[in-house]
Amino acid sequence: MSEPDLATPFRERAGQALDDRFLQEALTIATTKFITLRREAFDAFPQGEALRDQARAIKEATLQRLDHWLEMLIDNVERRGGHVHYATGADEARRIVLDIARRTGARMAVKSKSMATEEIHLNDALEAAGVTPVETDLGEYIIQLAHERPSHIIAPAIHKTKGQVAELFRRELNRDAAPDPEVLTQIARAELRQKFLQADLGITGANFGVAETGTVVLVTNEGNGRMVTSLPRVHVAVMGVEKVIPSMTDLAVFLAILARSATGQKLSVYTSLVNGPRRGGELEGPEEFHLVLLDNGRIRQIAGPLREALSCLRCGACLNVCPVYRQIGGHAYGYTYPGPIGILLTAMLNGPGSVKDLAHASSLCGACVDACPVRIDIPRMLIELRRELDEQRIAPWPERVVFGAFAWLLQRPALYRLSARLGRLLQRPLARNGRIRRLPLFFGSWTRTRDLPPIAARTFHERWAELEREARR
Amino acid sequence: MSTPVRASLMITCLADVLYPEVGERIVRLLRGLGVTVEFPAGQTCCGLPLFNSGYHAAAADVARRTVKIFDEAGYVVVPSGSCAWMVKHEYPGLLKAPAARAAAARLAARTYELSQFLVRVLGRRRFRSAVAGRLTYHDSCHLLRGLHEAESPRALLTELGGVELVELPGSDECCGFGGSFAVRLPEVSTAILDKKLANVEATGADCVVACDAGCLMQMRGGLSRRGSRVRALHLAEVLGEPA
Repeated sequence: MSEPDLATPFRERAGQALDDRFLQEALTIATTKFITLRREAFDAFPQGEALRDQARAIKEATLQRLDHWLEMLIDNVERRGGHVHYATGADEARRIVLDIARRTGARMAVKSKSMATEEIHLNDALEAAGVTPVETDLGEYIIQLAHERPSHIIAPAIHKTKGQVAELFRRELNRDAAPDPEVLTQIARAELRQKFLQADLGITGANFGVAETGTVVLVTNEGNGRMVTSLPRVHVAVMGVEKVIPSMTDLAVFLAILARSATGQKLSVYTSLVNGPRRGGELEGPEEFHLVLLDNGRIRQIAGPLREALSCLRCGACLNVCPVYRQIGGHAYGYTYPGPIGILLTAMLNGPGSVKDLAHASSLCGACVDACPVRIDIPRMLIELRRELDEQRIAPWPERVVFGAFAWLLQRPALYRLSARLGRLLQRPLARNGRIRRLPLFFGSWTRTRDLPPIAARTFHERWAELEREARR
Repeated sequence: MSTPVRASLMITCLADVLYPEVGERIVRLLRGLGVTVEFPAGQTCCGLPLFNSGYHAAAADVARRTVKIFDEAGYVVVPSGSCAWMVKHEYPGLLKAPAARAAAARLAARTYELSQFLVRVLGRRRFRSAVAGRLTYHDSCHLLRGLHEAESPRALLTELGGVELVELPGSDECCGFGGSFAVRLPEVSTAILDKKLANVEATGADCVVACDAGCLMQMRGGLSRRGSRVRALHLAEVLGEPA
């Protein structure tokens, strides 16, 4: 599915996704695989549950004194010869990266997978400034070729089947290849090798920033992260401010649960600890290292309703288990971050008005809470967002009227019982063989695909007197 | 002889209006176990639909009156995990005045979903089956993840004489109901339901059992529309006489 326009209502975007046969096939295979791998990983790791609690506690404690840990991180990065920048918004973050590119005369930037740079739409800005961005994570490479955006936090091309990727390579790279992941990877590898050698700039995100050492930690599986951080002259890491953790000991706790939650691996294939630019006597590494700390709405939420979402490790586990994500995939959400956590992050970045519809794109089943390595209570925050939409009168007025009337009725038991009787009269022409197959107006939302039980001939309230007599007999 | 157990039935809106036979069955079931069943007057709905859609001031009004209605009750038995969760988890937080909050906390502590009440309070898990054939069980989200209850319904169904219980693949996956979600995004809700029903049908079960009127409305609605021979039943409808 090509990416839908935000002008299309969410329900329609979701509908298009449901009708996309390829997307449905790709999603079912991938999310089912992720779910199984994650479950097996934690089944074989009995200490996992306690580590999840510990990880959450570390995140909470760090948020309590975020300024302190950020200052320590900044000091230590600078001590190692790196430069630290602070960006309040996406604009500023882009400007910082572009300034570095301009100053260092960069023409090509290789990138390892980073949601933070997606969030600030860095690629478009680089291109506009004459710097060619090249995504080097295989999934990101695929979607860059396809001119799309990631549809999953850790598996950006999850929406594509291998057949579609082979077709894409044929079209964009003039390479005829079988729809075989190994063959396709070899092609991408050969293409990318040249780019690594040509690039002047390496751009990454950061999974963690360790305050006590000034280390930026990258968790990857393909080795591209290591190339991006060691071959180009300049390395820029863009990191959300909430990614700071105090110590290496803390890092060990997170690493033990991150890959298990994301892909079911004990550890990802590469865990890169980047400690600033190349120093005297070292053979590799960039001449310059820059860390861009990105706020973009995060700091405000330390005291806001979405605070818990600041503990997110971006593992994607909540997407894989979400019944809604599993049906519609990432693009239908319409923003950088898809899935249940994505709704919260979208609200964090763009305000509650941006998730007027998305806040309801959840059955509140809670599968995400169980899967989240740090047990973020996503449904609770979705409900909070809905409350905000109601209280700020962003929710559509007909909805507010309906719920207002419903609430009024619930506090008037006699009228409530009368309305059941009224409904019974009104449904007469519609109920056949104990079911209602078609209802007019808004109610048709239910009956287009499902039958509805008619209001009972006698409600429980109407049966109670008899049940009481039965007890006395 | 010990004093008989007193329990009040919180019928909930869906069971009252759409599935009154479930309420009737619960009353007879509990009486059969020696429980004195009461039905406090003035009940409407627990307010969960208001709460989940963000109408919290309204939900608090509903919670306040519901707490008052059940103030004199002994145990409170609820046929749906989601409504029980609302009372147990959300009522105390919704009510701000100290006295109301204390009353809500007292109510929360005495409120049980039906399977929990039977197994954990009464310690009764052996019943004859009111149906025949093969059964499977769907975990309702609020009961499973809200009240952390997977065992009590299974204990009851496993001990049920005369039927075979088969585990449902993906039993812990949502049925797609989600209250207003089912009508806000009907296409997505139905796609989730289709997956659930395909799993149900693959078990070869004659009947899928659930402990939530919301899930039943969704699953029955889908089964009936596709003309399936499988029935979706409330736990109370499959539990017969105590054995």
